[in-house]
Amino acid sequence: MEKLLEILEEIRPDVDFANEKKLIDDGVLDSFDIIQVVMTLNENYGIDINVEDLEPDNFNTVEAMMELITKLQNE
Amino acid sequence: MLKYKRRIRKSLGFPAFNNMYINVLELLEEAAKKNPDTVALSDENNSVTYREFLLKAKSIGSYLANNKCGRLNAPRPIGVLIGRNIESIISFMGCVYSGNFYVPIDITMPKARLDLMLDTLKPAAIIDAAHNEKVSIPNTIKYDEMVNCNIDEEKLTDIRTISIDTDPLYAIFTSGSTGVPKGVLVSHRSVIDLVEQFEVAFGFESNLVFANQAPFDFDVSVKDIYNAIKHSSTIEIIPKKYFMMPAKLVEYLAQKNVNVMIWAVSALRIIADFKALSLKIKPESVKYIMFSGEAMPVKTLKYLRSELPDVTYVNLYGPTEITCNCTYYKIPQELESETYIPIGKPFRNTKVFLIDENGALIDKEGVKGELCVSGTCLALGYYNNPEKTSEVFRFDKNISEYPVRMYCTGDIAYYDKNMNLVFASRKDFQIKHMGHRIELGEIEAVLNTYSGIRIACCIFDKEAQKIICFYESDAECMKDIVAFLKEQLPKYMWPNKYVWYEKLPYNKNGKIDRKLLSENLKEFIK
Repeated sequence: MEKLLEILEEIRPDVDFANEKKLIDDGVLDSFDIIQVVMTLNENYGIDINVEDLEPDNFNTVEAMMELITKLQNE
Repeated sequence: MLKYKRRIRKSLGFPAFNNMYINVLELLEEAAKKNPDTVALSDENNSVTYREFLLKAKSIGSYLANNKCGRLNAPRPIGVLIGRNIESIISFMGCVYSGNFYVPIDITMPKARLDLMLDTLKPAAIIDAAHNEKVSIPNTIKYDEMVNCNIDEEKLTDIRTISIDTDPLYAIFTSGSTGVPKGVLVSHRSVIDLVEQFEVAFGFESNLVFANQAPFDFDVSVKDIYNAIKHSSTIEIIPKKYFMMPAKLVEYLAQKNVNVMIWAVSALRIIADFKALSLKIKPESVKYIMFSGEAMPVKTLKYLRSELPDVTYVNLYGPTEITCNCTYYKIPQELESETYIPIGKPFRNTKVFLIDENGALIDKEGVKGELCVSGTCLALGYYNNPEKTSEVFRFDKNISEYPVRMYCTGDIAYYDKNMNLVFASRKDFQIKHMGHRIELGEIEAVLNTYSGIRIACCIFDKEAQKIICFYESDAECMKDIVAFLKEQLPKYMWPNKYVWYEKLPYNKNGKIDRKLLSENLKEFIK
């Protein structure tokens, strides 16, 4: 989780990722951020986030993102 | 005199004589007459037909005119707080009915920048078309308060009688290198010419569906609005959230039977990068995909074309100052090059030419020069900013016998072997980043007002598509700078990377050594 937070903060140093619960629904992250996040996560975790994984529920919180990463790593 | 003129015009109504339009409202009135029941505007929650669109716009125009916000000697600016909704476009036309011009304003912009814009504009009124709960700008009128106002046909007629086609229609703000955004002021004439030349070049038929991607404070959206109205077509305003979910976005396009997409390259890349067209649902109704804003990567285009082969693809080029676009390039079946897509040739009734450092014309293949534009498409200038206006809207030195205005874009281009224009680079520190046009100087000007640092400079890493900020201060203070910038600049202008120096490298002239910093960008980007 530490590593993930670090990665995300690198992309958006102004966002409090640990505590935000509606990153997508509240428009904290925009489409450019999401693309960056996806690219960086793919690279760092050796996963391939699919277009169909791009759902608000998967990106609203750090926990959700971690869950997605773990799921994809186990596939 | 006014009364007399009015009587003449009244007896004639306001037809566009043999399609000789002088006001964009004629386009709207024509559409409402020919296709009153066609859906004109549609967003996630609401839609209006052309008949309703016309009436609502007239109501807003009447409200403004009867509340001391009508046209005076000359049209005045009316700010419109925009959303991704039909109310925004209805408000624009309402402003035009009141004899004024509209200025789309994104209320989510940091207050400091908003204040700079309002300072330049001093708007006669501001319409809140986005139903904001709290707006801290004085003189803001709620859309709902205006839209059911009784239509004052007589007053609207009075206003129309004195309107001419060189009156301003809108102002759209763009980044300014000194830290103050510039309001590009565009006339009815230029926009009417734009839609006429689009028709000549692309032959749009009637009753199309335009998928609006661009925010309304971006001039890409001007093409959606006026091409759609000209062809009694529907503007489908796509909710912002879909651009984060490319699979849903494509589904939405299919469901809405979209025919025309005039989009920023960056938005099309979202679809292509995630291969969102390779799913079950394809938007088969799409006929045209036109793009602009930055260079279209060849691989992105190839992907789009592999999935939607029957679409007409067009590369459009031009800055806001020449009313959207001045050149176009219909992508042929066989690409000319695997590395670049030309910006093509000028639209009809538009002069586009290259000049060298001495202002002399370049007509040879492969020789680089600054791209300049003349013609009806030229903006009136920057609102309330004569210095900046005369700097770039200059007189063509190659024609000395009479004055010809030209706009010098600052873009460096050349002709390829087919005499198509190809964009090469910028003359100055303007960049294209995340679909936005940004003056690095504007970011630096703001950074340098921050007391926590001594000096800063910004360099754009084209390859990594990142703005890198090099700053000099006693200690590392990235988080503080970020917090400061958040209050000052829109997000797309925030640097993506910060590099701290106790002492920045300086050249012999005592200026920050940008060249040295540029050469070592790779070190700073992981």
